[in-house]
Amino acid sequence: MNEFVLDSAFAGVTISLLTYMLGMYLKKRFQSGLLNPLLLSIAASIVILLAAHIDYEAYNAGAKYLSWFLTPATVCLAIPLYEQLELLKKNWAAVAAGIVSGVLTNMVTVFALAMLFGLNHQEYVTLLPKSITTAIGMGVSEELGGYVTITVAVIVITGVLGNILGDLVCKVFGIHEPIAKGLALGTSAHAIGTAKAMEMGEVEGAMSSLSIAVSGVLTVACASFFAGFIQ
Amino acid sequence: MKYLKQFLIILVISFIGEVLKALLPLPVPASIYGMVILFVCLVTGVIRLDAVKETGRFLIEIMPVMFIPAGVGLMSSWGVLRPMLLPVGVVTVVVLVAVMAVTGRVSQAVIRKKDAK
Repeated sequence: MNEFVLDSAFAGVTISLLTYMLGMYLKKRFQSGLLNPLLLSIAASIVILLAAHIDYEAYNAGAKYLSWFLTPATVCLAIPLYEQLELLKKNWAAVAAGIVSGVLTNMVTVFALAMLFGLNHQEYVTLLPKSITTAIGMGVSEELGGYVTITVAVIVITGVLGNILGDLVCKVFGIHEPIAKGLALGTSAHAIGTAKAMEMGEVEGAMSSLSIAVSGVLTVACASFFAGFIQ
Repeated sequence: MKYLKQFLIILVISFIGEVLKALLPLPVPASIYGMVILFVCLVTGVIRLDAVKETGRFLIEIMPVMFIPAGVGLMSSWGVLRPMLLPVGVVTVVVLVAVMAVTGRVSQAVIRKKDAK
């Protein structure tokens, strides 16, 4: 089975898309926000691979073509941003204040919790770039001497959780302005959160896209400073 | 042909992003360089919105499925993650909610203050 899948260009993609479609169907059928198609697809794919004794490498031999589209898709996030240019110009102060406060909150809370759990330097810097997009986060973790594999795992889990919890957190904290919702999702849960923001609306999606780039770059600038706090 | 042309433009920008990533010594991925390039091109009118719109919309719409392989990849990082599971789990959830709440509340406060004027 494993050998066959390893040679197959379509097995991984097919498993991924079929489980995603199943998730979409369940979400529609039961009208529940907790039934997140992305999470269901990831969980179901893992179960299928484990049950059929297929390695991740074999699955990814085909599934990597889905990941391949991420770069062009991220480039395209400039489109909704451009379409909301007027809104951005009008609200630049809110955008800047929101993203800067979000990035600082990330640094301070990671530091506080790292102190609480008594983490060492390497574990601490592994978690510092957890809120930003994978490609930037990996670079930050590597540069500061963290465990890059764990950084990637945490970034992905953060994104998926943000995707699921976005609606709930905005509701609980009384965040109703579309601009504020978009900034919140993009700054806390990068591109996977942005996928949720796109579902919420055009403004949310555009603001979330902007947050990925700005919070990513700000984190690069802040992380090396904060990294020195735990030796 | 229209979609192929649009896709080509997007791919060329992605490629330029890759070139910049190789040339510049910053931990910035090709996709972010590309996003900035496309944004600047749209604002300056070098690329018209019509030249990328439909394909761009499609790619953004199907974006969630592109994260499935990375998510499934968690099955192979489980071994390294397990010894740190408690701190990592708490940090992941608490920081996520804190960042989301603070970003949202701060920007909302600024928007409402401005609107009240």
